[in-house]
Amino acid sequence: MEFPDGLKYSKEHEWVLVEGKTATIGITEYAQEELGDIVYVELPEVGEKVVKDDPFGAVESVKAVSDVFAPVGGAVLEVNDTLPDSPETINDDPYGDGWMIKVEMSDMDDLKDLMSADEYTEYIEQQKGEEDEEEDEEEEGEEEK
Amino acid sequence: MVEFAGWEMPVQYRGVIEEHLAVRGRAGLFDVSHMGEVEVRGPQALDFCQRITANDVSRLKSGQAQYSLLLNKNGGIVDDVVVYRLEADHFFICVNASNTEKDFQWIKGNSEDGAEVENSSSRYVQLALQGPLAEKILQRLTQLHLKEMRPFHFSFGEVSSIRCMVSRTGYTGEDGFELYCDSDQGESLWDRLMDGGSDLGLQPVGLGARDTLRLERALPLYGHELDDTTTPLEAGLEWVTKFSKASFLGREALLRQKQEGINRRLVGLELIEPGIARSHYPIFKQGQPIGAVTSGTKSPTLGRSVALGYVLREQSEVGNNVEVEIRGRKVEGRIVSLPFYCR
Repeated sequence: MEFPDGLKYSKEHEWVLVEGKTATIGITEYAQEELGDIVYVELPEVGEKVVKDDPFGAVESVKAVSDVFAPVGGAVLEVNDTLPDSPETINDDPYGDGWMIKVEMSDMDDLKDLMSADEYTEYIEQQKGEEDEEEDEEEEGEEEK
Repeated sequence: MVEFAGWEMPVQYRGVIEEHLAVRGRAGLFDVSHMGEVEVRGPQALDFCQRITANDVSRLKSGQAQYSLLLNKNGGIVDDVVVYRLEADHFFICVNASNTEKDFQWIKGNSEDGAEVENSSSRYVQLALQGPLAEKILQRLTQLHLKEMRPFHFSFGEVSSIRCMVSRTGYTGEDGFELYCDSDQGESLWDRLMDGGSDLGLQPVGLGARDTLRLERALPLYGHELDDTTTPLEAGLEWVTKFSKASFLGREALLRQKQEGINRRLVGLELIEPGIARSHYPIFKQGQPIGAVTSGTKSPTLGRSVALGYVLREQSEVGNNVEVEIRGRKVEGRIVSLPFYCR
């Protein structure tokens, strides 16, 4: 699994590319793989304010819906208009054509909470370990056929 | 893998959409061993099964199966099941995994002399081979005459030297078979079926695609469309409920509901605006709540956003425009006829 070096990462599995005050935001390889086939994407409008750690949109696979949280706060400069028609781009190219929004950051300090590629890789390993433990502990699943 | 009703289950192997389309276009193999099996034997087995199920078991000859319902006294659905008549006095009931223990206790609790009830779930592995190429693949591995086996019929025979009950049934809306064999042979059966069909594009399929396949065909899922408080009249399953039978559990309550009329009905929805309707999302008509979604997805075959849900009877006509509330936003949809997909 690939986590490019130049990006910053959040605990909710978003990545941020910082260029001056502009942050380009998407979801990580790990997130797209966990979700599976993405079939619907909900994005904010240009000009809308996003608040750090609040949901700014959602991605849905055939099976489930997930909020996408803003790793940094600010005003939306641009949204990826191609995603509503081809949401699978996020699966195919999460760090490239699958980017979601660009934000003009209101507080550069927001970046302090984010992880480097190495830190994020370690964080993912930890998460996976905990998941395995949880799976062992779980008793009853949800009702399904 | 996910934990489900005590079983480790694969949600997907290569991706839900790919697996879904493989079943529609070619064939898919499912491990559905989590399904439960309850057997009823004895001189009173027929009468007993007649009393605890809604469909008419007496119409079954040995070697035939039927979709049926276990109902409580209020007409609520304890489970939806498939009843196989193995012999005149031996029935095999395939039940939902999450309900196996509940069903077994409930069936036992209603049992009477002359009908022995056994939970034999752990003895069998169940594999489902589904899709337009299912017959071709299975015929390579068995002497059974599959062409002559009609839907909801079954036979015992060997599949690649493994003794199986082979049934022309399924939960996908495609032609296909369900195979039951002894648990210790399950893995071999899986491998031989995969080997026998891989050149024709047979793929392993997980729970994710099982759900989207059944949803397109509008087959109900217990815990979503059906539960102890929904009745077959509400769920569009009156065809399963044979009032012509003199008596069965739930009959009186359902006759009363039939006379009084139902309040809500299961309908199909298609969203006109972008979005996906999920279980429990509320449904509105001109701002007034009229029901809720029970299952929804983006249909991989049709490319449209479809859902099942209950709405007030007076709002249930096909063509009615309604709204589904998706994360605080009202999205326009329309009631459509079911199923969404039919082969």
